[in-house]
Amino acid sequence: MAEAERTALTRRVLRALEKDARLPVARLAVMLGADEAEVAEVVARCERAGIIRRYKTVVAWDRLDEARVTALIDVSVSPQRDVGFDQVAVRIARFPEVRSVQLVSGGSDLRVTIEGNTMHEVAEFVARKLSPIDAVTATNTHFLLRTYKEDGEVFVDEPAADGRLPVSP
Amino acid sequence: MRLSRVVQEVPPSGIRRLFDLVAEMDDVISLGVGEPDFLAPWRVRESAVYGLERGRGSYTSNSGLLELREAIAAHITRRDGVAYAPRDEILVTVGVSEALDLALRALLDPGDEVIVPEPCYVSYVPCVRFAAGVPVALPTRAADGFVPQAAEVERLVTPRTRALLLNYPNNPTGATMGRAELMALADVAARHDLIVISDEIYDRLSYDAAHVAFASLPGMAERTLLLNGFSKAYAMTGWRVGYAAGPAPLIAAMTKIHQYTALCANRNAQEAAIEALRHGEADVVAMVEDYDARRRVIVDGFNRLGLPCHLPAGAFYAFPSVAPTGLSAGEFTERLLREAKVAVVPGDAFGAGGEGHVRCSYAYGIGQIEEALARIGGFLERLDGFVPATVPAGEVVAAGASRPG
Repeated sequence: MAEAERTALTRRVLRALEKDARLPVARLAVMLGADEAEVAEVVARCERAGIIRRYKTVVAWDRLDEARVTALIDVSVSPQRDVGFDQVAVRIARFPEVRSVQLVSGGSDLRVTIEGNTMHEVAEFVARKLSPIDAVTATNTHFLLRTYKEDGEVFVDEPAADGRLPVSP
Repeated sequence: MRLSRVVQEVPPSGIRRLFDLVAEMDDVISLGVGEPDFLAPWRVRESAVYGLERGRGSYTSNSGLLELREAIAAHITRRDGVAYAPRDEILVTVGVSEALDLALRALLDPGDEVIVPEPCYVSYVPCVRFAAGVPVALPTRAADGFVPQAAEVERLVTPRTRALLLNYPNNPTGATMGRAELMALADVAARHDLIVISDEIYDRLSYDAAHVAFASLPGMAERTLLLNGFSKAYAMTGWRVGYAAGPAPLIAAMTKIHQYTALCANRNAQEAAIEALRHGEADVVAMVEDYDARRRVIVDGFNRLGLPCHLPAGAFYAFPSVAPTGLSAGEFTERLLREAKVAVVPGDAFGAGGEGHVRCSYAYGIGQIEEALARIGGFLERLDGFVPATVPAGEVVAAGASRPG
């Protein structure tokens, strides 16, 4: 397969898997009108190259009455010589309770998402791990109250019924 | 009560009977729908809500909101490279259905003939009759990819022939026409001075090659009436907004009828249509990508089951042959519905050339398509005398592989 063709196929494969990570390769090949072996090869390459990080499930946890606490924390950081924000960002990212770390523009520098079992646990993390980091100059914690949409998935139930007539011209 | 002879002589739609049958059954999986399963893009719905909040519920000009006509003109120029004057060459209608009716009434004198390639959308032939015209059917064949052959069109031309009515991408076959095939028809139209009414409502649902607008062919804009709308590309069927673009005298004649009969298209929907044209492109692209994947799944499924099915290049219909079952399209449809609770539409409901095929819409989620295919598979297994057609290994993939990537 030529390089340009492979790149185009790769994009289409990734778009499909991003919507539904459980698509088997055989089905994916039919959907995209591509050869099964080529699709398998594209997926394997993306996995090896770290383009596909992992296959995940979007879960609406609040429907399980799970006691989980999520906080979005704006973190101000003084950048360090040579490494800028990277070193501090990675240092924060390595904590297992941290779900995401992103460098953002605006009033603060890093946007950190943290998950814990209780508010106390999250507060402890901020007080004992996050704030004491030398380069961290300020934090602003927002506790998440309700998720309406995540990863492109709206969490509000739409009426599922197909309102169309069963047969129409 | 005595009713008009014309109305009495036009049979009710073949789909109507099927609809009544389906309506009295439970747990039917339907592939019989001729409209998108997607909701209209949220931005479109939201702009309609906004319009209602602002109390915008008055009539619009008969021709439709000028802002919408301008947006339509810009859209056609951008996509098809044809320029229409928003003020006198575009008319906003109550769906393409109204536009077609207006066009036929504006063009035809009693006895004038209109050549209609079949199978075709169910309302073409009745609309010609209601306009006092004479529909002249041109059956197309699976072997030609359900594309009308220019020589056969020409053979049907008489001194009374006024128009040729085209619909590509096609409902029910999913067939599309390439530039060369269209040029051959353009040649016939020019030589015999025919008006071409080109219903291009499925233009955005073209999967393997860019759609070619008939009016974009050399010399054709002056004899073409382009019909399109928002139902299919933007999933706005029930909103009822369509449009006609063509030569000013024809648009003026159509507007005259429209102003006395419909007055104007729904204002709220017209405003939402502006939003669709201006900002709906990404939504259309996403829907088309989904249809494309479903198209391949359903066609692959029919071929695996032993019902030969070409990969349609447009619209959202697969048109498999039921010849291997030994049943007519009507028998197949009725038995499939009763024995496996799957609704499809018999090809002959769409006129000549459709017998032996069934129309299966893939405007459904993949899960529903899979369930329908599984039920059809079970039905075929129980069917006496079914001899599955063998599709050469790899043929389906090969058909799909013509697409780059």
